[in-house]
Amino acid sequence: MALRELSSLEKYLGLKKPNKYSTQGDKKVPVLQNNQGPPLVGLITIACHLVKEAKRSDLLGESAESRAVVQQWLEYRVTRLDGCTKEDSKSILKELNIHLQDNVYLAGNHFTLADTLMYYGIHPLIVDLTVQEKEQYLNVARWFDHIQHVPRLRHHLPPVAVLRNRIYTGRHH
Amino acid sequence: MKLFVSEGNPHCLKVLAALELTAVKCDVQYVNHEDKVVQFLSHPALPALLLPSGQQLFSANAICRYLFEVSGQNCNDHCNQWLEWEVTVLQEAISVADVVLWAALHPILSDSSFTLGEHPSVKTWFDQVAAVHSCQSAVQKVLQGKGLQAMKSYMQRQPAPPNSQCRDAQPCNNNPAESEERQHSVSEEECEAAALTWSKGLSSCPPTDKQHPILPQEGKRNVLVTSALPYVNNVPHLGNIIGCVLSADVFSRYGRLRGWNMLFVCGTDEYGTATENKAREEGLTPQQICDKYHAVHSSIYSWFQIDFDFFGRTTTEKQTEIAQNIFWRLHEHGYLVEDTVEQLRCEKCQRFLADRFVEGTCPHCSYPEARGDQCDKCGRLINAVELRDPQCKVCRQTPVIRSSKHLFLDLPKLESQLEQWLEKSTSTGDWTTNAKQITHSWIRDGLKPRCITRDLHWGTPVPHPDFKEKVFYVWFDAPIGYLSITANYTNEWEKWWKNPQQVELYNFMAKDNVPFHSVVFPCSLLGAQDNYTLVNHLVATEYLNYEDTKFSKSRGVGVFGDMAKDTGIPSDVWRFYLLYVRPEGQDSAFSWADMAMKNNSELLNNLGNFINRAGMFVTKFFEGCVPVMELQREDKELLAVVGWELQQYIQLMDKVKIRDALKHILNISRHGNQYIQVNQPWKKIKGDESERQRAGTVTGVAVNIACLLSVMLSPYMPLVSQTIRDQLNAPQSCVYTMLQGGGTFVCSLSAGHRIGTVSPLFQKLEAEQIEALKKRFGGQQAPFQSTSSTPAAAPAAAIKVAAVEGGDSEKAEQLAKAVAEQGDKVRALKAQKAEKDVITAEVSKLLELKTQLAVAEGKNPEPTSKKGKKK
Repeated sequence: MALRELSSLEKYLGLKKPNKYSTQGDKKVPVLQNNQGPPLVGLITIACHLVKEAKRSDLLGESAESRAVVQQWLEYRVTRLDGCTKEDSKSILKELNIHLQDNVYLAGNHFTLADTLMYYGIHPLIVDLTVQEKEQYLNVARWFDHIQHVPRLRHHLPPVAVLRNRIYTGRHH
Repeated sequence: MKLFVSEGNPHCLKVLAALELTAVKCDVQYVNHEDKVVQFLSHPALPALLLPSGQQLFSANAICRYLFEVSGQNCNDHCNQWLEWEVTVLQEAISVADVVLWAALHPILSDSSFTLGEHPSVKTWFDQVAAVHSCQSAVQKVLQGKGLQAMKSYMQRQPAPPNSQCRDAQPCNNNPAESEERQHSVSEEECEAAALTWSKGLSSCPPTDKQHPILPQEGKRNVLVTSALPYVNNVPHLGNIIGCVLSADVFSRYGRLRGWNMLFVCGTDEYGTATENKAREEGLTPQQICDKYHAVHSSIYSWFQIDFDFFGRTTTEKQTEIAQNIFWRLHEHGYLVEDTVEQLRCEKCQRFLADRFVEGTCPHCSYPEARGDQCDKCGRLINAVELRDPQCKVCRQTPVIRSSKHLFLDLPKLESQLEQWLEKSTSTGDWTTNAKQITHSWIRDGLKPRCITRDLHWGTPVPHPDFKEKVFYVWFDAPIGYLSITANYTNEWEKWWKNPQQVELYNFMAKDNVPFHSVVFPCSLLGAQDNYTLVNHLVATEYLNYEDTKFSKSRGVGVFGDMAKDTGIPSDVWRFYLLYVRPEGQDSAFSWADMAMKNNSELLNNLGNFINRAGMFVTKFFEGCVPVMELQREDKELLAVVGWELQQYIQLMDKVKIRDALKHILNISRHGNQYIQVNQPWKKIKGDESERQRAGTVTGVAVNIACLLSVMLSPYMPLVSQTIRDQLNAPQSCVYTMLQGGGTFVCSLSAGHRIGTVSPLFQKLEAEQIEALKKRFGGQQAPFQSTSSTPAAAPAAAIKVAAVEGGDSEKAEQLAKAVAEQGDKVRALKAQKAEKDVITAEVSKLLELKTQLAVAEGKNPEPTSKKGKKK
């Protein structure tokens, strides 16, 4: 899973030659063999590394503040979201829904790596939601729909229909 | 900038150490562990940093990073790696990494009982970091000199680590809502009162069989119920059904049980452009179209068991008579004004063209195929006379602009009367919130005179000599249908419609219809000054949506009234689900999976299971006779709880909260199931005398609750309700007894009563079955797929009608079959991951077939919608 995310991220970043990854441990933590030094371990670490490689540091935040916020949401992704139970997923969605009420993206007004990884991570949760539940987490649904339409981002994931269609329209008078 | 920390929280160590080390200026505030500093998180998260921008950081590591970064030290990849490892592996650096790791390890490593003998280098590192002054000071701040004990209170509040939480091991006895209500303890008095009511037994209520014609009676609550008149040129879909007729039906059934004198009328709305249009398309006369679709509507509603007292139509002589009478009265009282309107007229067709009969070039974007009301390309609204190069859609001649005289209802002149009446009606009646809001916004925006005449043939003729050859505009005409339909039911219709003192009027509709019922129609009636009955309770639903899939009326995607029957799902189950998701207060959605789930969990496992068990116990353990019941405190408690649910149900139903009331029925059977589960009559029956006595009481109480449920269910699921009473052989009088007053739960099956044969009430909806239905109704090939195995599941008649209008029906059917088969082939190939060329070839065949099909159906072949590309 994490490896597919990283390869999608590489494509999104427009990195020409794909890296080779391996995994370690039961949780299949991704490992990147690095020519310049020791291997890098961990999804966030590698993802941040790739972003720098691609000279897209803007995706990590434009100021010290936003950089910290981005890192915080990346951490949230790997600590709270990964391997969460059904119960957890409810409270995660609830939290995100409130947070996204007055934030366009996770880290405020700019699209960042946090949105990308959160999108990849939350996709299986959103797929499982019923229509009613999506309605319940309206802000998450709005954000999710927005992110999945970011060009070249979706790659390995199928699109999820978020908005509903009316079953009937008004009478003509 | 402000940092929030709590005493004894090891994560605060990190941030305080980092703060000391980087010497960033920041206020520190101590708070309790439970204080929610970051509002949106469901668990309190500390430490938290309030940034100058107003954003909050709630991750200790992110705070550390930030502090290091503002002091000029950035993280490199390896630093990142340690931080990630710490949060993902360890919790679950001086450099920021060191600080964070040291802090996290502090509780373990600083404990003297923990020896690091085997890991000397770790020990060295830990001691080194701990010796840093900043770290010592942080320790002091967090632990407040109390040592590791200070962390205890924090630790005790932490949830168990995720890997020790087993999904299956979670207790799964009852849902939270249920246990909450259970906790609502019942007082001694409530128990005794419930037991007293129970012992009263059935009252000998006079049989209140309907006798037609139903007329208002002195000393009774006389309730007139209407549901919005469905437009005749379409097959109604689920949204129409729940929005008006089904809701109105449940309420009028309920009202009859309450002993009110109810009259429920409805009918098809048949006049107007849309009908003329449809008639032209199908090559029939408007009257033939109306006859055909009136029959379609009638049969759909009868399948859904909509119990109209009269289901009429608007194309009747009574309609002409009453509409013209109201017109003349409005005219006499000076509420009609004349004005000229510029309109396009086709000289060849000899008629004025309704907006949708004109096409031309858009004046805004020059799109050549703009319609008379709107341009499909730029989306702007157009006034038909502004179109460049207009053409009559029927004969393609160029129409000319003619001015035509029309009559307008002078709404501004009636505004003060209207407002006076509205204030009274909305404050004393049960108007839904949306109805009040929509009405309010109409009034606020100001009323304008509204045209009531049209240059059409198919309508109620305007009787005024200056307006010959014109008819009434449908919005003026259609609501008068309520009156004329009643007049076709009984000659004494005025006893209902000119009797506001005795009659209460309920209008049911979807919210798009509100202004016509709350503003426009009342103005017509007020202006006529003939003591008309005006609406007292306006009940409007929101919208019901359909799944996630593309919904298309024209292509028949979605569920239409006549198709519901072909699903093989009983009409009662349809009613139940539609009412369960009734868009009451907010939009809701129809979903197949949800329907199956509600059927299986609520009807089958909850309600059906309870009623069946109760009956089976009587049959199996007591030879089919209700046993003697000796109520204990526990039983009385249950009676009180059930009685309370019944009262809630009645209060909600009286206010037309149909969906909310349904939940209380299901609560009762949940209580019942629990009661049986706790008392285990199947075990006690094998015990000694007193245990057998107990089994008898429990069984008797349970079977009486089943009887009560049948009564409460009656408005929702009439057939199931009757079946339950038949199975229990229950006296019919129980139906009227229990819903009197605020609700009385009496023992209606007393000891010795012999019940009938008990059998299961509901069937499970299997996942495959639902998947198949979902495909059939929601899929892109949906309405024409006739490959399903049962003949009953063939496409519904009216959909065929809709689909093949103006086309070749037989050919269309063959093509539809071919499309379905080709579609399956393509899917199979894709599933097998066949060669790309092969798939492409088959897909293009499929597209070709679809185009042919569209042509055979007389539609414009639309480009097939592209599915999202998957990789």
